[in-house]
Amino acid sequence: MSSHKLIIEAGKTSKRYFRDVWEFRELFYFLAWRDILVRYKQTLIGISWSVIRPLLTMIVFTIVFGRLARLPSDGIPYPILVFSAALPWQFFASSLAECSNSVIANANMVSKVYFPRIIIPASAVIVSFVDFLISAVILAAMMFWYSFIPDWKILLLPVFIVIAFGASIGTGLFLSALNVRFRDFRYIVPFIVQFGLYISPVGFSSNIIPERWRLLYSLNPMVGVIDGFRWALLGGNIDIYWQGFGLSMVLVFFLFFAGIWYFRKTENAFADII
Amino acid sequence: MCTAITVENLSKKYIIAHQLRERHPALRDAITNNAKRVFRRLRHPLGGFDTDDPQHEKFWALKDINFDIKKGDRIGVIGRNGAGKSTLLKILSRITEPSSGRIDISGRIASLLEVGTGFHPELTGRENIFLNGAVLGMKRVEIKRKFDEIVAFAQTDKFLDTPVKRYSSGMQVRLAFAIAAHLEPEILLIDEVLAVGDLGFQKKCLGKMNEVTRHGRTVFFVSHNIGMVRILCNKSILLTSGKITQYDDTQDVVETYLSVHKTEMGSNGEICWSKETPGPGCDDIRLLSIRLLNNAGTAASVFTKDEIINIEIAYEVYRKLSGVRVHVTLTTEDGIVAFTSTNHGKGTEELMPGKFRSRATIPHDFLNVKTYYVKVYFDVPGIRALVPEDEYLFFKCDPGTPKGQFVSPSQAGVIAPELGWSNESIT
Repeated sequence: MSSHKLIIEAGKTSKRYFRDVWEFRELFYFLAWRDILVRYKQTLIGISWSVIRPLLTMIVFTIVFGRLARLPSDGIPYPILVFSAALPWQFFASSLAECSNSVIANANMVSKVYFPRIIIPASAVIVSFVDFLISAVILAAMMFWYSFIPDWKILLLPVFIVIAFGASIGTGLFLSALNVRFRDFRYIVPFIVQFGLYISPVGFSSNIIPERWRLLYSLNPMVGVIDGFRWALLGGNIDIYWQGFGLSMVLVFFLFFAGIWYFRKTENAFADII
Repeated sequence: MCTAITVENLSKKYIIAHQLRERHPALRDAITNNAKRVFRRLRHPLGGFDTDDPQHEKFWALKDINFDIKKGDRIGVIGRNGAGKSTLLKILSRITEPSSGRIDISGRIASLLEVGTGFHPELTGRENIFLNGAVLGMKRVEIKRKFDEIVAFAQTDKFLDTPVKRYSSGMQVRLAFAIAAHLEPEILLIDEVLAVGDLGFQKKCLGKMNEVTRHGRTVFFVSHNIGMVRILCNKSILLTSGKITQYDDTQDVVETYLSVHKTEMGSNGEICWSKETPGPGCDDIRLLSIRLLNNAGTAASVFTKDEIINIEIAYEVYRKLSGVRVHVTLTTEDGIVAFTSTNHGKGTEELMPGKFRSRATIPHDFLNVKTYYVKVYFDVPGIRALVPEDEYLFFKCDPGTPKGQFVSPSQAGVIAPELGWSNESIT
């Protein structure tokens, strides 16, 4: 009678895993909704925090890199140059931070109810994406302020957003699964985020990297993501270093699938070791 | 009838780490251990790899379990602490993975291992209903449809828009259970979720569960509470040290369990706990002993109908408690409650740390000629349970010296009180 057939076998991951993910799709929404609701409860200025944080980063970087260090900006207003990179970077950084803690923060649920665990870190990424959207509105306002008009390439922005998603989820899944097993990652992640900000071209254009190091530099997958964002947003003045971009994309692709694979491999034991 | 659950050769192994003091392995240890292992492997390339690690011991929580459950069966799982009941439930509900074996389940399955899983203290009651419902696998439309019913059941309508952290613990539990009680899967797995809340609410939950299980749903119920298993389940599984020792009609299984249980709890009307085997309770209070005393002051498990029975409960309090209430319930062998008596207003309103003894007396010529089970339960009414309700003792009430020639030894009914009959002429 019933269409629901379930087979649990030792050492085998359920074949209907992704159908389960689909069946629990509302949980994505609810978990993300919960985190957004809870995030700014009992704060004085509430949701304004998600505007203030990227704005402050942008101001500091503009002053340090644009005014003090006088780095070249290819004729683009420096705040816009910074912000167009801070957008994907913040998304990536907060995804990592939220994701890596997400499974542990929901330990109670993990040890008491079943649902595809991948929903937890994935919904953490969605929460970061909401912040991303808010920041995107700020960027639009800034472009308006500087009378900066992007060209047709902005239509390709969604492609780069998808890439940013891939990089965030892939890395986030890795870290969240590792964090369940080794709490060391609680300390490692802030370092990754902190260093990553300086080794990624957020405060400066990646064109200032000497030509012979650029391929090596592109081993940081966020280099490709950020260059892509700038290329799509900032119009004709920006050239993209395609070899490096290709390398970054291959890495993002690898991270994404490896992250899913690793998470799936370890998640069945989460309840026993969390 | 078709089967709902088939379990074949199911085993679950846990590795117990001995020397690791930290609960969570640090990366450093993993690196050094791996390095050691690699090194060992290099030195003994043909030796065993992982098996003889002296730091780890294998523990089989479940070993070669096989059973089938038919659709519509209500299965109780009973057994002592550590028999593997909860592990079995966790595997069936896919929270943890079996070490070997195979399970086939047909039907939509939902599990209830703890009420209020996923409650977030900052969210309001309304928001938590949706969140918790989704965690338990309900669809949003389904929750919306049942929303009013849930709120009515939980009796929290006034506080719907208050954050749950401002709720009393009793209210939280009520709301949590109300959500869970409105799940409608084809197979429902339940752990001892009812051991929370005050007795009144437990009764209500029990009623609801009874109603739920009557709708032809397959239920898998894990409990210590024999009375509840008797009421809810038609068949039962007895687990002993990770193995199934009996799977039969509840009546038979419970009998076996109790006969084993009886020898453990001392058939002479007395059960005592010690430091080595701490009694039931929590960090604030624990039972020391329960004894059934006859008029002469000796513990007994057989009384005559015309004897009084003194119930004496000794317990130790570790932290100052107020508003404690002791409940004693007598049930018959069929799980029917004969009566419940509480010590309301009799000296346990304020308890300082120390040892105490509560006494109650069942009058003579009150009980029927039957075997009774004595349940004991401590709580702070409406706030929390202190000592979980359980059957701790049993005794038999014998006819004793017959008072008339034609009095049958056992009357209809759970008790047979002497009501002070008289007769007079009214002309």
